[in-house]
Formats: sequence, structure tokens, C-alpha cells
Amino acid sequence: MAQTAPVQKSLKANEAALGGFFAVFALLWLYIASGSTEPEYTFHAVLFVLGSLVACLAVFKRYAARTVQVEPQEINGLPNYNLGPIKVAAVMAMFWGIAGFLVGDLAAWQLAVPALNFDLPWTNFGRLRPLHTSAVIFAFGGNVLLATSLYVVQRTCRARLAGDLAPWFVVLGYNFFILVAGTGYLLGITQGKEYAEPEWYADLWLTVVWVVYLLVFVGTLIKRKEPHIYVANWFTLSMILTIAMLHLGNNLTVPVSIFSPRSVTVWSGVQDAMFQWWYGHNAVGFFLTAGFLAIMYYFVPKRANRPVYSYRLSIIHFWALVFLYIWAGPHHLHYTALPDWAQTLGMTFSVILWMPSWGGMINGLMTLAGAWDKLRTDPVLRMMVVSVAFYGMSTFEGPLMSIKAVNSLSHYTDWTVGHVHSGALGWVGYVSFGALYCLIPWLWNKRELYSARLVNWHFWVSTIGIVLYVSAMWVSGIMQGLMWRAYTSLGYLEYSFVETVDAMNPYYIIRAIGGLLFVAGSLIMAYNLWKTATSDALAIRQSGAAAPAAA
Amino acid sequence: MADTSNAPKSMWDKHKIFETNVVALILGCLVMVSIGGLVEIAPLFYLKSTIEKVEGMRPYSPLELAGRRIYVREGCYNCHSQMIRPLRDEVERYGHYSLAAESMYDHPFQWGSKRTGPDLARVGGKYSDEWQRAHLAQPRAVVPQSIMPGYPFLEKTELNLGNVVLEMKAQRMAGVPYSDEQMTNALADLKAQADPDDKGADAVAKRYPKAQVRNFDGNAKLTEADALIAYLQVLGTLVDFKLYDEKANRR
Repeated sequence: MAQTAPVQKSLKANEAALGGFFAVFALLWLYIASGSTEPEYTFHAVLFVLGSLVACLAVFKRYAARTVQVEPQEINGLPNYNLGPIKVAAVMAMFWGIAGFLVGDLAAWQLAVPALNFDLPWTNFGRLRPLHTSAVIFAFGGNVLLATSLYVVQRTCRARLAGDLAPWFVVLGYNFFILVAGTGYLLGITQGKEYAEPEWYADLWLTVVWVVYLLVFVGTLIKRKEPHIYVANWFTLSMILTIAMLHLGNNLTVPVSIFSPRSVTVWSGVQDAMFQWWYGHNAVGFFLTAGFLAIMYYFVPKRANRPVYSYRLSIIHFWALVFLYIWAGPHHLHYTALPDWAQTLGMTFSVILWMPSWGGMINGLMTLAGAWDKLRTDPVLRMMVVSVAFYGMSTFEGPLMSIKAVNSLSHYTDWTVGHVHSGALGWVGYVSFGALYCLIPWLWNKRELYSARLVNWHFWVSTIGIVLYVSAMWVSGIMQGLMWRAYTSLGYLEYSFVETVDAMNPYYIIRAIGGLLFVAGSLIMAYNLWKTATSDALAIRQSGAAAPAAA
Repeated sequence: MADTSNAPKSMWDKHKIFETNVVALILGCLVMVSIGGLVEIAPLFYLKSTIEKVEGMRPYSPLELAGRRIYVREGCYNCHSQMIRPLRDEVERYGHYSLAAESMYDHPFQWGSKRTGPDLARVGGKYSDEWQRAHLAQPRAVVPQSIMPGYPFLEKTELNLGNVVLEMKAQRMAGVPYSDEQMTNALADLKAQADPDDKGADAVAKRYPKAQVRNFDGNAKLTEADALIAYLQVLGTLVDFKLYDEKANRR
């Protein structure tokens, strides 16, 4: 087809369709803005209008700038990998990560020094806490997942990403969702369901973006040049599918009106609680576990230059994990008004879940067999290995806390917060940092990182931060749980509630300092990555043999 | 992985279908992740024992509903649970353990997952309106060791009345049994519940049994503080535990 007579440059169907879609979308939101019942919603409608116009313009500017040919699938027989959207996702991951950690630490200080709430609507803890959780899970974690999954799927399939505009739509559309969700929390637009706070219109937008993500991912798998689908891609695929299912199930709402940001959840009471924790626990299980295990299965072997320890173990790990995780939700509802049979099921499967989790950990750690010495010399690999160790730790603590007798003490306390953070900071955080430390030189075509010493500093500063954080929460959580149930010798409750609040103050301060160290570490990282991406000295001069080979 | 052709096919070889066929992998994933959810969630909709039989539960009055919306908006659920567990210390500290029936009209549920502050499932009637107003505006003026944020803006912000009626419509569509009479009088009931001198005050109490009709925040305007306090004061007060048959509702 390359040899046909000079072709006139013309607008391709996908360019016309997407440009047209955004033009119509801008008009729709202009209409909504004109009838909005609340100023906060008008603000969002204007954001949608502006975003659509920018997207529409970008599509046509890209058309104007491109040559007759769109990007070829291969150059000189080698896959022409699509790295642009991945670079954006990697940069956004770093940006949202720092923002999310900072908001988290501010919220931590608010618990120690309540004057920091400033008694304003948009700065109170109740609005900042969802901002923090969503920013770190969906904005930081989500962008890391987009960057790594879209990179890994190309490499392991030896094929360019499916779609021309679609990958850009996914990355930019996802970040626009984050912008709407995050500003919404500050303005008081929320569904009031943990980790699923965004309202109906943001949810709908995310659904569209997510379906396109699925199409891009599956499309790339279909056009792969490798006979097998690599393990990492199984985990990513299960993550995309399951998150879609959870998102739709938990966010079914009746919008109050198209002119209102509010909606009413169709589920209520006990059923809504079950839906919520089916969603909430599997946001952990699939978004924060399966998605990041995909990172482990690609980046750890790659960095250690070893094959995955056991292929069969990864098969068992995968199927056991996706089957068992879904059942674990009710352990968030022990001793509540959820019927006992459901609680017992949740507990049982949570304990069983310990096995595949540790199977995965062993598979990750043992991949280093014969290369343990690299832990001394390569701080990036050390970070990833420690993340797998944290994964093992928190997937042991989780089943423990899901046992009803333990849960009666731990539930409603800071122990849960500490548990989440050993998983989030230790596992998700470190494996993401490790992946970004690998990815940035690869994406920007650099030989290595600007400074391995700074990686070392990042590692130790944030590790001390995590230790302070988690141990402070263990102490304050168990202490508060015990104080709540303490009785005097006369048979009266020993402590009033506020006495238990007062007792936690020192631990809140220690936790907030730990968080600050974690933020400091991420700033060191951002500086290091920035210097890496912009350094001329590190650039790989020759083309060819530049990027690491496929796994 | 080199396989001699005459060796018997092992389970591991059969897994190849998932490694080479995208559709098989997708279907496999979907089947595996659907089972747990179906088994745990679906029965909650048809097992009659899921929600206990109780006397006294009713949908929220318009003012209470508006207050609940503010409770959700400010993210109170991030620090306050509304779910008392059947443990000795909790029952003594907060009152009768929570029933599923007590949140059957809660779209969404607000059971919460963390007690940075105390449980609120039965906070209704525990404190006076004035205590609630002062505490919301400046928590440490009332409880010196409290770490709760202050919400002084609530009693200065007038309630958005139009939104409440719209929301009641959506609540009804989501299954809350508001009667036609309750719907047509929504706006009048909303105003009357915060004004004991209003002509419609008696009608509110009739349409919403046990509804408390008071000027909750003590000033003439109908503010967000009125609504939030009305909501807090009704929490946990509706079910008549004298008539509750614990044995019949054992699950």
C-alpha cells in the first residue's frame, strides 16, 4: 500500500469522529451550565466545556501537523512503540503522587492540630480525606497503572498500541476525570461512599474512558507478535475488567436532575453496605493489587535480569487471586447489621486469600534467586524487593484482621489506617517508585538514572517514614480499641470517648512526621527523575539497541 | 516448556488456551470474579431475614433529608460511624445495637468505617439543639479535647430549598416509599419543621411520626444548621425497641 500514487492528506474517520464528539460534548455541557442549580456544578460544567474545546482543537491541530501517513506500526521491522501517552501518564503519576501525599499529610496534621482545619468548608478534614484517598489511589496509582500497563503490553506483545487517538483519549480523559473528582470533593460534591465519592456525571465519564482503555489494551493483545500473552497482562486485564464491574455495580444512582450534581444511590442500607465493600475491598484487590502485581511480574524480572521464578506458580497465583479476592468484602462489616452468614463467608475467604498472596510474594522474591547481590548495588531493585516484602506483610496482617475476634478490636480504629498504609506506602508506593525509576530512563532514552545515590536517599528517608507511620498507628489503634472496651473494677466503662481521643495525640504527631518523611522522599524522587529526563549527558546517542529487549 | 508430542497432556498444557486466546482469558476472568459477588450480594435482596421486622421506621422528613445531605457533603462518615456492634461496651456506650432496618431508607448507607469521633447511630436526643449548634460551630468551646473541625458556616448558610424537593423525587425513584401527600407537601413540611409557629407544624408531625418540630439553630432563618441538627436529632430514635422481637429476628 506504500507504493500507491501521492495520496491527498485527508481527515481520517477517527479524527473526524473524535473531533465531532468533543464539539457536541462542549455544546451539551454549555446547555447544562446554563441551567445548573448550583454554582459548584456550573464550575464543573465550564470545565467540561473548556476541556472538550481543547480536545477538539487538539485533534484538528494534530491533523494539521501530521504528514499524509499516520504513525507506522513498524519501522525497519521493529515495532514502533507508542510512548507519548505513556510519558504523560508517568509525569502525571509523579505530580498527583506528590499532591496526594501532601494532602494526606495535611490531613494527618489536622488530627493532631485541629486548628489546621481553618473552619472553612473546603479545608475541613471531611473533605480533604477523600481528596487524599482518591488522589493517591486513583490519580497516582491510576496513572502509574496506565503508564506501566500500556508500556508492558506493547513490549510483551511486540506491537504498537492499538488505536491512534484512543491511547491519548484514555490518558488525558482519565486525568480530566481526576480533575473533576478532586475539585468536586473540595466543593462538597460527593456520593458519600468511600473511595467511590465522585458523582454520577464524573462516574459516567470515567466509564467511557475505562471502556476505551479496555479496547486499547485488548486490541494490543490481539495484534501481538508473541505467541503467548505474558503473565503481567493477565493481571492487568483482570484489573480492567473487574474494576469496570465494580464501578458499575457500586455507582448505580438516580441523578436528581441533569442540572444538578447530586444523585441518589439505588441501593440502600445493608445491601448498599455490601455493595460498597464488595467494591471497596476489590478496589484494593484489583486496582491496588492485581494491577501492581502486573508491575511486579514485568519490572522485577527485568531489573534483576532473571526469569520469573515459577511460571506454574504464577498461573496458580493469578486464578486463585482473582477468584478469592471478590469474596473478601464482608470482612469490612463484621458485627454490623450485615447477616452473619455473609460475615462468615467474608472472613473465611479472607483467611484463604493469605495463600495466593504469599504465593505471589514468593514468586516475586525468588525471582532474585542467584541475583541477591544486586540488592546491595541497585537501590531501584531494592525498592521493588522491599515493596514485595511489604506486600507479604500486609497480606498477612489483612487476613489476621479479618478474623472476627481480632476485628472486634481493630475495627473503627487506627489499626486499619496503619494496615492500609503499610500496603499503600510500602507495597503500592514502592513498587510504583521502582517502576517509575525504570521507566523514565527507558521512555526518555537515557542510559541510566541521574543519581543512584538520590534513589538511596529516597529509599531510606521514606522507609523511616513508613516505619514511623505504621508503628504509630499500631500503637494508637490497639490502644484506642482497648480503651473503648476497658472496664473499671466496679463494672463501669473506664474511659469516656473523648479521653481516648486525647490519648492518641502523640501518635498522631508521630504519624504526621512519618508522612512528612514520605513526602520528602517523593520530592527527592521527582528531582532525580526530572534531572534524568532532561539530562543531555545521559542520552543514548546511537539508535538501535537503545531500549531493553522484550521480556 | 518444550513438550514431547507423545507425552500425556497435563493440566498445565490445557492452560495454554488462556495464554493464547484473549477471548478465553476475558471469559475466564469474568466467570471467576462474578461468583463471589453473586453468592454474597444476591441473597441479600431475597432473603426475608436480611432486614428485621420493626415498628416505627419511616422515610426521612424533608428537613432531615436535607440535613443528611449536608452530613454526606461534609464527609462526616470519614470520622463517625452509624453502626453500633452487639458488643457489651458498645451497647453500654451508645445504646441498642444497630439493626439493618434502621438504615433501610438510607441511600447511600452511612455506617462508616472509622471512629475518630464517636458513633452517631443513636445520637438523636442525647444532646440539646443548643449543644449541637454550639458544638458544630466551635467544637472545642464545648469539648476542649475534641479534634473535630468547626462548621461555623452552617448556621450562616441558608438552606437551598429547591434541591430538597428534587432529591425527594429521586429518593422515591430509588425506592423510598414517600406518599403522594408527602411529595406535594414537601416544601411546606420542610419550612414548618424548623418553625414551631408555622401553621403546618402539626401536619409535619402527623406525616412523619416522631418528627421533632423546633427552631433547631435558634435563629429566624432556615439554615443548613437547622437541617443538620434535625437530622442528628432523629438518628436512632425511630424504632420502638419495646416492641422489637429479638428472637423472631435472629439471623
